[in-house]
Amino acid sequence: MAVVAESTPKASTKPSERSQKTPTSSAPKPIITLRNVCKGYGTGITRNEVLSGINLNLRQGEFLAVVGFSGSGKTTLTQLLAGLIRPDTGEITMNGEVITGPDPSRGLVFQNYSLLPWLTVRGNIDLSVDSVFSDWSKGERRDHVDKFIEMVGLTHAVHRRPHELSGGMRQRVSLARTLAMKPNVLLLDEPLSALDALTRSVMQEEILKIWEEERQTCLMITNDVDEAILVADRIVPLNPGPRASLGPAFTVGLDRPRDKTELNNDERFKQLRNAVTNYLVAVRQKSRRSEAAMSTSPKVTRPDISPSDLSLPTKTILNSPI
Amino acid sequence: MNLRGKALKFCTVTGLPVLEPFVRLAAGEDPKEQIEGIAKFVVLPIITIGIFLGLWSIAAKTIVTGSAQLPGPMATWNAGVELFEMHSKQRAADRAAKQEKLAVAVQSMAKAKVMEEAAAKASGAEKEELLAGAMSFKKAAVRAANFVPKSAPTFVDQIYTSLRTVFFGFIMATLIAVPLGVLCGMSPWFNAALTPFIQVFKPVSPLAWLPLAGLVIIWMYSETSADDAFFQKAFLISAVTVSLCSLWPTLVNTTLGVASVDKDYMNVAKVLRLSWPQQLYKIILPASLPLMFAGLRISLGVGWMVLIAADMLAQNPGLGKFVWDEFQNGSSQTYARIAFSVIIIGLIGLALDRIMIFLRNLVSFGNASAAA
Repeated sequence: MAVVAESTPKASTKPSERSQKTPTSSAPKPIITLRNVCKGYGTGITRNEVLSGINLNLRQGEFLAVVGFSGSGKTTLTQLLAGLIRPDTGEITMNGEVITGPDPSRGLVFQNYSLLPWLTVRGNIDLSVDSVFSDWSKGERRDHVDKFIEMVGLTHAVHRRPHELSGGMRQRVSLARTLAMKPNVLLLDEPLSALDALTRSVMQEEILKIWEEERQTCLMITNDVDEAILVADRIVPLNPGPRASLGPAFTVGLDRPRDKTELNNDERFKQLRNAVTNYLVAVRQKSRRSEAAMSTSPKVTRPDISPSDLSLPTKTILNSPI
Repeated sequence: MNLRGKALKFCTVTGLPVLEPFVRLAAGEDPKEQIEGIAKFVVLPIITIGIFLGLWSIAAKTIVTGSAQLPGPMATWNAGVELFEMHSKQRAADRAAKQEKLAVAVQSMAKAKVMEEAAAKASGAEKEELLAGAMSFKKAAVRAANFVPKSAPTFVDQIYTSLRTVFFGFIMATLIAVPLGVLCGMSPWFNAALTPFIQVFKPVSPLAWLPLAGLVIIWMYSETSADDAFFQKAFLISAVTVSLCSLWPTLVNTTLGVASVDKDYMNVAKVLRLSWPQQLYKIILPASLPLMFAGLRISLGVGWMVLIAADMLAQNPGLGKFVWDEFQNGSSQTYARIAFSVIIIGLIGLALDRIMIFLRNLVSFGNASAAA
């Protein structure tokens, strides 16, 4: 987990080839590998292929961001990684073993927090700590929970229930709940997309700060390119579905710790942002065009006519049986 | 949270929006708004009740047959007061009787003691005789001390019996409906198996159930004599009828609540790899409690409604039987007493409903809705 972004090359504005094909000596070994993963729902003519041909290596200690438009299968991808659903073809391995189900070693932070409303902040975190570290003593577990509540700055709200918290606070609880499980890999499924812009930017920095303390392998799914560049070491665009696949990876070579306001004036940041955004937009245009070409519905051609008379019809015409 | 916040939360959770404007006034909020609240929740109902009483009086004067007359509000009120007076008189008489019996018991004990002392001095056959006498006095004392006045149940006793019956039936229904509902909600197969029964039996009226329930109870009790029975037959018949009618809303709502547990909560459980019982107790049950309690509330309402009819038919002591007996007696007070019972039945139903709303709001975090 000690490998950090300094060793990665400078910000490249060109989409580099998927770098695992030519592993450099410093590239750490992948912790999670997706090989040719496909996933779809339904059968027969209602069959809808969501993801197809997904290849991805999540390396030890890196922060990877997957960026995509909404509806491109981002949530399906996280559910696959978490083990909540199984791929139709291909395989997902973690440390060489095929993932067959959910596991606390892959902590998942849900898009809509998924806090249990009848439990307090502490209760929600207790639930995961109690079930993951059931062999610890009560005192140890308590201290552990306290540590993570403090990490996300919610010590003053331990006894509140989720409905008494703001969106940002709820996501902090959700984050603390997952971090407290001490997962090997942290999966963030659009963790900030339900928040308002201001809270979102505060939370981005918060996540960045926590990540820099822990240096945990992390995969974040997001629809915000700026957010991805701010937090990630590598950015992988998700091409729009159906049959979504991953685009080429962009390496983010910006120095850490990163500061949001400074980044806004950074040339490399701007170039990278343009590159990623342009790629996504171009890919979507292409997919729309190909979809239109594939469409089997007959093309509508409008008749080339113009009215000869614009006056309102008279009563006689309206009543006539034509 | 400060006192005002707590009081306001109390109003919401208990489903008593009536109190809210008063709390806000006491907290020194803008009186104008609160007066609107008071007008809406206090003054307006008082006015409508007044109008209702007026219409009722007019109706009472108009609806007159040869033998009887619709009781007016005043007649009903007086009948009610009389019923409660009768109750307190009865209680006083019972207490006096009990007191008297206690005095008898003390006297008997004293006599028994005198005889025992005499027996200690005497010997032979005389001693035996004295001891036997002492024993019989002691027995009489115990009997007198254990005396329970057996007077006809008063109106208040009937209310108490009715509540006991309805709660017994309701608890029975809950014990059956909640586990079944949880199973139905968790397994679509189980649900499909039970659906025909639920759909067919749900709309059946209590009056149709009652003879069958009675038959089963009589069969169960065929071996036991009336004195040994823990419950009276009529009580059980009423209670079983109440359960049979009131278990459906709980069953259906519990099924719905369990089946519609948020998928994300289940995902949390999966990621944490909770065992099946842990999933049930830590996720599924707490998540379905609000709907379950909504069902229980409907069930208790249905149960209370059914109970009155069941009491009438099963001749189980209670408000239903009271109404029926009054109707059969045909005294001058009959209709006034029945009208009073109707109002009392309604008020108790209201109180039960409020209690259930309160319980439901206690378990629905974040969306405690006011009285609905």
